[in-house]
Amino acid sequence: MNVEILSRIQFAFTAAFHYLYPPLTIGLGLLLVMMEGMWLATRNPLYHNMARFWTRMFGLIFGLGVATGIVLEFEFGTNWATYSRFVGDIFGSALAAEGIFAFFLESGFLAILLFGWDKVGPKLHFFATCMVALGAHFSAVWIIVANSWQQTPAGSHLEIGGKAVALGHRFEPADLWQSRMVIDDFWGVVFNPSSMDRLGHTLVAAWSAGAFLVISVAAFYLLRRRHVGFAAASLKFGLVLALASSLLSLVTGHGSAVGVAVNQPSKLAAMEGLWQTGPQAPLHPFGWVDVSNKHTSGPAIPAGLSLLVGGSRDHQVTGLNDIAPDLLPPVQATFQFFHLMVAIGFSLIALSLWGAWLWWRDTLAEPGNLATRWFLRVAVPAVLLPQIANQAGWFTAEIGRQPWIVWGYLRTSEGLSAVVKANQVIASLIGFGLIYLLLFALFLFLLNRKIQHGPEPVEESHELPDGWIRQSRA
Amino acid sequence: MDYNLLWFVLVGVLFSGYAMLDGFDLGVGTLILGIKDDHERRLFYNAIGPVWDGNEVWLVTGGGALFAAFPAVYATVFSGFYLAFMLLLFALIFRAVAIEFRSKEPWPWWRRWWDRGFFAGSTSAALLIGVAMGNIVWGIPLDSKGEFAGSFPGLLHPYALLMGLTTVALFMMHGAFYLHLKTEGPLQARVREWLNPLIITFIVCYALTTLATLLYVPRMTHILREQPALFAVVVLLVLAIANLPREIHRGRDWAAFLSSCATMLLLMALFGLGMFPHMVYSMPDPAHSLTVYNAASTVKTLKIMTIIAAIGVPVVLTYTVTVYYIFRGKVKLGKDSY
Repeated sequence: MNVEILSRIQFAFTAAFHYLYPPLTIGLGLLLVMMEGMWLATRNPLYHNMARFWTRMFGLIFGLGVATGIVLEFEFGTNWATYSRFVGDIFGSALAAEGIFAFFLESGFLAILLFGWDKVGPKLHFFATCMVALGAHFSAVWIIVANSWQQTPAGSHLEIGGKAVALGHRFEPADLWQSRMVIDDFWGVVFNPSSMDRLGHTLVAAWSAGAFLVISVAAFYLLRRRHVGFAAASLKFGLVLALASSLLSLVTGHGSAVGVAVNQPSKLAAMEGLWQTGPQAPLHPFGWVDVSNKHTSGPAIPAGLSLLVGGSRDHQVTGLNDIAPDLLPPVQATFQFFHLMVAIGFSLIALSLWGAWLWWRDTLAEPGNLATRWFLRVAVPAVLLPQIANQAGWFTAEIGRQPWIVWGYLRTSEGLSAVVKANQVIASLIGFGLIYLLLFALFLFLLNRKIQHGPEPVEESHELPDGWIRQSRA
Repeated sequence: MDYNLLWFVLVGVLFSGYAMLDGFDLGVGTLILGIKDDHERRLFYNAIGPVWDGNEVWLVTGGGALFAAFPAVYATVFSGFYLAFMLLLFALIFRAVAIEFRSKEPWPWWRRWWDRGFFAGSTSAALLIGVAMGNIVWGIPLDSKGEFAGSFPGLLHPYALLMGLTTVALFMMHGAFYLHLKTEGPLQARVREWLNPLIITFIVCYALTTLATLLYVPRMTHILREQPALFAVVVLLVLAIANLPREIHRGRDWAAFLSSCATMLLLMALFGLGMFPHMVYSMPDPAHSLTVYNAASTVKTLKIMTIIAAIGVPVVLTYTVTVYYIFRGKVKLGKDSY
């Protein structure tokens, strides 16, 4: 295998592994704010116990997110040095802003969130929780801005040997080393055509990941009839966020797809397996792409795609036949990952509505009820669904971007480090494979232990720091 | 002061902050096997418990700032030192996870292995950081496009290894001063016994490194000859080091730790002064060197980043100091401890 494939595998693997954790901390962070806020409002120790238990989960997940995140920042330089030189003027400032605005905020206040229960009062602790949640959201902002700029570059121009080049011109291969993107307008970079749509979609999808973790653990307790009061209350918090985020995913996902149709027509055509350019473009709910015969088989909704992205049956949509062969992304993979994500998205909406219906019927915490029992049985493994959808979504976005690493300007194959050899990447890839396997096994082991251990009993309420007990009685 | 110089200083400040802060928690890792009792080891872990990942953010932000302000340096160094940086990543992951997982289970074998992992990860991270610094000082081969033209074994020359050992000695000493500040009673007395040998080891290593630098890398001292006023930095450094045993003798833990912090900052200042205007010195052909001017982003980007830093850095410093203040005093084990 050549360096390009190896480096792409390594980046995809380390990024995908990292991305198991940040969505959980974003979603769980928001839930912690809701739980602790509820405790401050009602002073019911149940909510404090919930905040306490989920904070311990949060700490474990956050630790893995930090440990695996630093790898990605290094990899831009180690494996994609040419890319780093090419985009440093733009990409780097977003990354630096991420460090200054997001990571410091998160890690500074995390100390108070995790270890500060006895050191500060409840209000300051709540403030720290809010800041950690805010920091988690900020960290998504800057990296999504940077990634979106790669998808839809704006606010910048190409420069070769220090001279600006007119739009649409590329560099000669021999000039690559002295070519780079140069910033014109910071806000143009930040609000590039795809950044806000993608940011919204990524954040609500992250809320789903956190919400379904809480739902899953709570459902597990209810089925076993353990910690019933705690589990029922946790389930409700999870459901509120799950319902909001799964519905918002639909809205933001639609917005993103419309943007892709305008800005990255070859990606949209690959996502939908559309070959023929024209009006009345069909929509396949699922299917199989036969790339060699340029045909997509499966059920089709006539003119569905034209209606969705253009609002009219006569809206013209570009097909893969009209894309130059060397600019085609891997069509089958883009199509299948995209459809997997959409299918899971709809099932999360259905699951959330089902839970809401049980809540409305007031049978949510009664596993004796048949409908409830089946809901809880489905809800336990459902923690995997948002995770799979998040990964599939990113695979769609990044595979669909190929062959570009910076859309229209730099190809992925051109972004590699010139000095790194295949055997070096094999060595590091094996290292990451082994270490991450160990980490993942340990993570699941410790997560399971924490779940089995469960929250502290409410009656004793000894989870409340002494100073807080006095205050809550006063 | 132009923006290139400003960002050379700011990137230096971020990496100095990293050395000063993560330096002590890496140092705690190098010392963890020095005590045997589980309760005492937990005190060591919890001395750095609330702050270690905030400390590591200085590396992440320093790396981001380097990428943004001097992309060519970031790209050349990170790809040129590929295997070394991969090992550094493995070491940092391993020690992060060791801190996180170690005390989650009571089994002696579990804790023993994580303690070893914490030690190995911390020590090799310190060593690799030092070796990388040693190579930057010594100079590395670059081609006309500014790409690294050497090999991994070529990075392991005696000067770089000496710098690596000096860094380990420095972090060990710094970590011991931090522990001396955070512990009490018999454990503090034990840590105190380590201080003098660690100070002496560091001074010996540092003296050897200085000698080698004067003999083999004289360009690092050019600026001192041109601007004799800068000798003040050297004088302050000597005073800071000499102050270490003095403060311990007087029993002023805080002053001793601050003196150790000052030592780190002054060492980094000397390093920056010696390197300027180079960021990567090319050996054997200095014409290919990367400088704060030929490796930088556009002035426009540097201006934008100056605004970001002007807004962000005061806020960051405020709550970093606040967090250290909230967790001041001797470390105690509680329900939420590691």
